[in-house]
Amino acid sequence: MKYLKIIAWLSLVALVVIQLFPVTLNESDTVPQNDFMIVNQVPATIKNQLQVSCYDCHSNNTEYPWYSKIQPAAWYLEDHIQEGKDELNFNEWDTYSSRRKNSKLRSIIKQIESGEMPMDSYELIHGDARMDSTAVKEIIGYMDSLRED
Amino acid sequence: MKTVKRTIGIMALAATMVLTVSCKDGNKNESTAPMSSEMHQESMDDKKDMAMNDNQDAKAEAILKDYFNLKDALVGDDNGKAKELGNTLAQSLKSFDASNYSDNEKSELNDIIEDATEHAEHISESDIKHQREHFKILSKDVTDMVAITGTKTKLYEQFCPMYDGGTAWLSKEENVLNPYYGSSMLRCGKVQREIN
Repeated sequence: MKYLKIIAWLSLVALVVIQLFPVTLNESDTVPQNDFMIVNQVPATIKNQLQVSCYDCHSNNTEYPWYSKIQPAAWYLEDHIQEGKDELNFNEWDTYSSRRKNSKLRSIIKQIESGEMPMDSYELIHGDARMDSTAVKEIIGYMDSLRED
Repeated sequence: MKTVKRTIGIMALAATMVLTVSCKDGNKNESTAPMSSEMHQESMDDKKDMAMNDNQDAKAEAILKDYFNLKDALVGDDNGKAKELGNTLAQSLKSFDASNYSDNEKSELNDIIEDATEHAEHISESDIKHQREHFKILSKDVTDMVAITGTKTKLYEQFCPMYDGGTAWLSKEENVLNPYYGSSMLRCGKVQREIN
C-alpha cells in the first residue's frame, strides 16, 4: 500500500515535470497567398469540409482543443502535425510544381477513398471531421477535377 | 505530522504547475527543429559535393539501375526488398545534379527528381499495395527523366490496361513481367513503345 502511494506521487511529479518542456504550437494567423483555397477558389461546402477535416494537420494553423496544450498530449500532436505538414501543406500549395500537385491530388484521392484519411484517432476526438459518403464523393470529385492528366 | 507534510507537498506541486504554465508560454516561439534532420542534410550535401565531378549520364544510369531493381522486387512480390531498394533509389535521386542542362530542362528535371524522390521514400516505408501505387507515378517520373537525359540502354515501355485505369512502366527486357500484380497476374501487359 505504501509503495502504491509512492508510485502515485512519483507519477504525479513526473506529470508536472514534463510540463516544463516547451511545445511549439502550430499556429499562424495569416493566410498565405499560396493557400490551396485561394489558389483554386474552392467552393464553400468543400472549403468548409477541408478546413474541418484536414487543416488541423495539413496547414500552418491548428485549432487546438485545451487538453492538447498539456503534455504528453502536446508531444503526441506535435509529431503528428509535423509529419502531416511534411506530406502535404495546403498553405504551401502553390509552391508545389504542377507535377507535384498532381501527385498530391492523386494521394489525397487515394487516402480519402480508402478511408486512411482523416485518421481514425483524429475522427474519434473530432466527430465533425468524419466525412460521410456524400462528402467523400464530393471531395474526391473536386480533387479529381483539379488534376491535369 | 503526516498530513501537514502532505499538504505542503500538494502546495509545492500546485506552485510548480502555475510556474510551468507561464514558462511554457515564454518559450512558445523557440524553434525545435529536430537535430537529426540537420545532420541528415549535411551528409546529403557532402555526398553531392563528392559526386559533383562525375558525369551526368552516370547519374541518370544509376537512377535507372535502381529503378529496375525496385521493379524486379515488385515483380517478385517482395515487400521488404522493395523497401530497401526504394531507399537506395531515393539516395540516387537526391545525388542527381541538373546543373549542366539548359534552364528549361533543369527546372523540369528538378521537378521530376523532387517528385520521384518523394515516391521512392514512400516506397521505402509502405506495404506492397502502397508501394505499387507510388511505383506508378515514379514510373512516369523516370520515363520523363529519360526523355531529357537519354540513356545508353535499350528500354521497353510496357503497359497494363487493368491496373488503375491503365498503367505503364519501364523494363530492360522485351518480355513482360508485371510489377503491379506480381505473381497474381505476372503476364498482364504489352510493350507499347521502344526507347532507343
